[in-house]
Amino acid sequence: MGNVLAFCEFNGAQLRSSALANLSFARQAAQAHGGEVIALLVGAGAPAAGPDAARYAPRVVVVDAPALAHYLAETFAPVVAEVARAQGATLISATATAVGKDLAPRVAGLLDAAMASDVARLTGKDTFVRPVLAGNAYSTVQVSTPIIVVTPRQSEFEPATELGSPGTVTASAPGSVDALGAEFVRLDAQKSDRPELSDAKVVVSGGRGMKNGENFKVLEQLADLLGAAMGASRAATDAGMVPADWQVGQTGKIVAPNLYFAVAISGAIQHLAGMKGSKTIVAINKNKDEPIFQVADYGVVAEWEKAIPELIAEIKKLKASR
Amino acid sequence: MKILVPVKRVPDPTQKAKIKDGHIDLTGATWIVNTFDEYAIETALRLVENGADNTRIPGGEIVVVSLGPDDAAKEIRTCLAMGADRAIHVATSDAEIDALIVVKVLSAIVAAEKPDVVIMGKQAVDGDANQVGQMLAAKLGWPQATFAASIELGADKASFTVGREVDGGVEYKKVPLRSVITVDLRIVGPRAVKNGVTPESHNYSGEGARLPALKGIMAAKKKPMIHAKLADYGAAPAPAIKELSVALPPPRAAGQIVPDIATLVKKLADEAKVL
Repeated sequence: MGNVLAFCEFNGAQLRSSALANLSFARQAAQAHGGEVIALLVGAGAPAAGPDAARYAPRVVVVDAPALAHYLAETFAPVVAEVARAQGATLISATATAVGKDLAPRVAGLLDAAMASDVARLTGKDTFVRPVLAGNAYSTVQVSTPIIVVTPRQSEFEPATELGSPGTVTASAPGSVDALGAEFVRLDAQKSDRPELSDAKVVVSGGRGMKNGENFKVLEQLADLLGAAMGASRAATDAGMVPADWQVGQTGKIVAPNLYFAVAISGAIQHLAGMKGSKTIVAINKNKDEPIFQVADYGVVAEWEKAIPELIAEIKKLKASR
Repeated sequence: MKILVPVKRVPDPTQKAKIKDGHIDLTGATWIVNTFDEYAIETALRLVENGADNTRIPGGEIVVVSLGPDDAAKEIRTCLAMGADRAIHVATSDAEIDALIVVKVLSAIVAAEKPDVVIMGKQAVDGDANQVGQMLAAKLGWPQATFAASIELGADKASFTVGREVDGGVEYKKVPLRSVITVDLRIVGPRAVKNGVTPESHNYSGEGARLPALKGIMAAKKKPMIHAKLADYGAAPAPAIKELSVALPPPRAAGQIVPDIATLVKKLADEAKVL
């Protein structure tokens, strides 16, 4: 018997979509652990997002203090560990986002807890399925510490559904907050009106064959027509054609949209690892022998220079006909 | 500056995964230094050298640590050939250890070696766990800067400003010495590492980490390597994570090549129903 503490990221008064996937994982885990889901919101403005979290979790703990204004693993990890102890948690989960991946292992280190990263499935109280070797194999692991830390993969868990009646929200004060000398300096944000790459329904990605950043503009037109997020292969981000955080792949973002366009992408193992979970994959490449065609549901052997403007025109035509 | 770089050897990721008796079959596998750890060595070298004339800054030292079987000495020598100064090889096998055990050994080594900073890869490309750096920082009570895409040593030589790739942009975080930094791919960019000695105008050439030169390979043979055991650091081969089985993912159903864009759009709308 133990509770499941789900660390939830939020934006303003709302949980992020990554948090909803975590709560969905946490529900399965709580059933296996015979306890309750407790959503944990830490940081500036946490109390404002508490009510939103209570729509999905029977209990919500919010921790806010001026010293927690900016996320820092050094200050957040002790808060998570402390709440976990106080709430009798036997499992702590945080979605495998940039924050979750930075924070969760530090929490595990503080609690001497073993951790299962990037979990795709839970098969028991302490057994988890997770991708290894860039997603080329799936390993089932058993974790045997009294407290288990897990980072579920957002793309593998549907967003949690709302509870019949909302849960309760309690505020908790952090102990002394010590950043150990670490400081948040600034965030150079990539401003975009497009959906977030990790939870977009449609993703349009370009690869080395796009040749330069200017050429990505035509893919962006396609993306905006479809309300899609932009992605890229490592070859394109490494060459500096597009921002690094567009990278889809083992070492970038893992995505699983309904529709994925791979344009002028050869399909290296490391890229496939990041998008193989997509429901429908479209590959457009001038070379019919590229490995991307082996995972694509639909392939068009064509040069992007010709194919993409045509694709935009055809989709506009389709939309107009409806 | 003394830098400790933990490294792991991994099976070459370009090999096709084979399963035997429910586990990954590594018979006959070729092994390499984990790519991200190789980048960590490159980062450490760029911090302790003048990149313009390849001279070492006085006081700069790089110590490599690896936990692995006897064979792993080969990959450790590769790190020494790249330019690291000495190594500690803790003999064990992957089946005997997990992240917590690795962290126990590393924290004992940090206590003994007293490095100014620990720099390592953000994850090993076999297990893809991304845990050891953060767990080690927690155990040591040190700050951490994970997923580093750039590192700049402060003018006071007492802090690093680290550019971290996060969701939606790059976060800059300042950490003092005695921190754990884990590196991401772009740390090997031409000007990603600034140590205040290498001229600002200097561009590191090439992609990825430097290859060992013949001179380095010869020198590596004479560099000191300590051979140790888990027990030397109070660790026991009792992992808290056990791999029950491994399976290959189900193959995707065969796709189709369509003749033109008009057909594609029609199929996406009517067949796949995604438009």
